[in-house]
Amino acid sequence: MGNEQKAGRRVYLDNMATTPVLPAVLETMLPYFRDVYGNPQSIHSWGDEAREAIEKAREQVAALVGGEAEEVIFTSSGTEANNLAIKGLAQGQAAKGKHVIISAIEHFSVLHAARTLEKAGFEITELPVNKYGLVDPDEVARAIKKETILVSVMHANGEVGTIEPIAEIARRIKQAGVLFHTDAVASTGSIPVDVQKLGVDALSLAGNEFYGPKGSGALWVRKRVRLIPLMDGGVQEGGRRPGTENVPAIVGMGKAAELAFKEMSSRTERLSRLRDKLIKGLPAAIGHVLVTGHPTERLPQHASFCIEFIEGEGMLLLLDSQGIAVSSGSACTSKALKASHVLIAMGLPHEMAQGSLLFGLGADNNEADIDYVLEKLPPIVDRLRQMSPLYAKFIKEKRG
Amino acid sequence: MPAYSEKVMDHFMNPRNVGEIKDADGIGEVGNPVCGDMMTFYIKVKDNHLEDVKFQTFGCGAAVAVSSITSEMAKGKTLEEAVKITPALVAKELEGLPKNKYHCSNLGAQALQEAIRDYAKKKGIKIEGLQEKGGEDEEGEECEVC
Repeated sequence: MGNEQKAGRRVYLDNMATTPVLPAVLETMLPYFRDVYGNPQSIHSWGDEAREAIEKAREQVAALVGGEAEEVIFTSSGTEANNLAIKGLAQGQAAKGKHVIISAIEHFSVLHAARTLEKAGFEITELPVNKYGLVDPDEVARAIKKETILVSVMHANGEVGTIEPIAEIARRIKQAGVLFHTDAVASTGSIPVDVQKLGVDALSLAGNEFYGPKGSGALWVRKRVRLIPLMDGGVQEGGRRPGTENVPAIVGMGKAAELAFKEMSSRTERLSRLRDKLIKGLPAAIGHVLVTGHPTERLPQHASFCIEFIEGEGMLLLLDSQGIAVSSGSACTSKALKASHVLIAMGLPHEMAQGSLLFGLGADNNEADIDYVLEKLPPIVDRLRQMSPLYAKFIKEKRG
Repeated sequence: MPAYSEKVMDHFMNPRNVGEIKDADGIGEVGNPVCGDMMTFYIKVKDNHLEDVKFQTFGCGAAVAVSSITSEMAKGKTLEEAVKITPALVAKELEGLPKNKYHCSNLGAQALQEAIRDYAKKKGIKIEGLQEKGGEDEEGEECEVC
C-alpha cells in the first residue's frame, strides 16, 4: 500500500475487531510455551503445574463475570462459545421444545448457529430492533410460547456499540422458565458484566476483546444447566469441551480478565472521554454524518457512523494510507459482499449502510489520535464525495 | 483489506478523468447504490472519436480503479474501437482484480457502452459492434457488488 504511511503516525482504532495483547499478559503467557508444557490432564508434576495455571485462569475469568470457577468452560474463541451455547443448550433442551428466540443483530456465530438449528428442525424467531439497535424486552416476552427453550440476545453489539437491556429481558422472561444466553464478547472487559445481575444462564466472552490473546474464549454456564458438547472426546472442561487445553491462551485470558476487572473504571473513564470527543468532533468536521447506535447506552470504547454519499472501503483504504486502522460494515468490505445486517435491521437504507465507519478505541489511544483522525478524515470524505455520482445528484437537487 | 495490485491501488489513489462533462454527448449510468456501487460515464464525441471521457463512481476501491482505467483506455479511441473494451480487457489492464471484485470490471465496460449507446440513440446512428441493450440485468435482485 501507500509508502507514505510507513514512517508516519500509526493509529490503531479497530479494537472491536481485536485488541492488542498487553505486555503484562504476554509476559504471563510466555512460560507456558517454554517451560510449563505438560498436559493438564497428566498425573505428574508437569501436568499439575499446567492444571494449576488453567484453574487459576478459570477463577480470574469467573471473577470478571461474577460467576463461579467451575461454571467456566474455556473455548477457542467467542465464536466457539456462541456455537456451544446456541447448539449445545438447544439440543440439551430439545425434549422440552424446539423454539429458539434470537435478535436480528446477533453476531454471525449466533445467527448462523441458529440457522443450523433451523435446518435440524428447530423453529427460530428473530426479533427486530429499533433505530438505535435496541431489543424491546416486551417483544421478547411476547415471542415466548410453550415450545420455547432458549432466548439469546447479545449484551452489546460490536458494530454499533448499543448495550441491550439484558437484566430487564431476564426479568420479563423469568416466569417462562426458558434458558437465557447472552453473547457478551463485545462487552466483557469493557463494562461491568455480572451474570447474577444480568440474570442469564449462559454468557460468551473472548479474550482478544480485552487485551488477551487470539484463540481464547469462554462460555460461562450456570450450574446444572444441560449442555451438549459440540465435539466428542475426553474429559477436558468436564467433558463439555474436549481437546487438550490451550494452556498459554487460557493463562493469557485469565491475566487479561484480572487486569480488566482491576482497571475497568479507569479504562472506561479514559475511553469514554475519547469516544465522546470523536462522536462530537466527527459530525462537526464533516457534513451529512449519522451517528449509529444508541446516544447513551453504548460501549465506552465504541464510536460508529454512517457517512453519506460514499462507500466504506474507499475510506478504509485512504485512512490506511494515512496510518489509521478502522472498520466498516459496507458490502464492499465484507467478504460476503453484503451490507451489515445490523445496520439494515436498524432500518438504515442500504446506500447509507455502505458508508459505515466503526472506531474501536483501545488502551494505546490518546487525544492526539482522535485529533489526527479529525484532521485526516474530512479531506478523505471530501475527495470521495467529489467522485461520487450520489453526491453530485444531491448537490444538483439542493440547488434545484 | 483486499489484495489489490499496485496498478489498482495507483488508479484508486490517483484516479484519472474524474468528474462530469456538462455538455456530454452521451451519458451512461449503471449499478445501484443499494448494491454498493454505481458508475456514471460521460463522453464527448468528435469526428467519431471519444474526445473526452469522464466518470463519477460510488463504490469500493476496485470500482474506482475500474472506472479510471476504462476512461483511460477509451479516451481517443473511435466509437467502434471503444465498444470492444470488455470487462476482461479492463481487468487485464489493471493487472488483475481479487476474485470477489471481478464484477467491478463488468460495471466499467457497461457504463462506457451505455454512454455510447446513449450517444448513438440521440444521433440515430448504428455503431458496429455495439450490442443492443443487454448485459446488465435491470430486474436482477441479486446485487453484483464490487
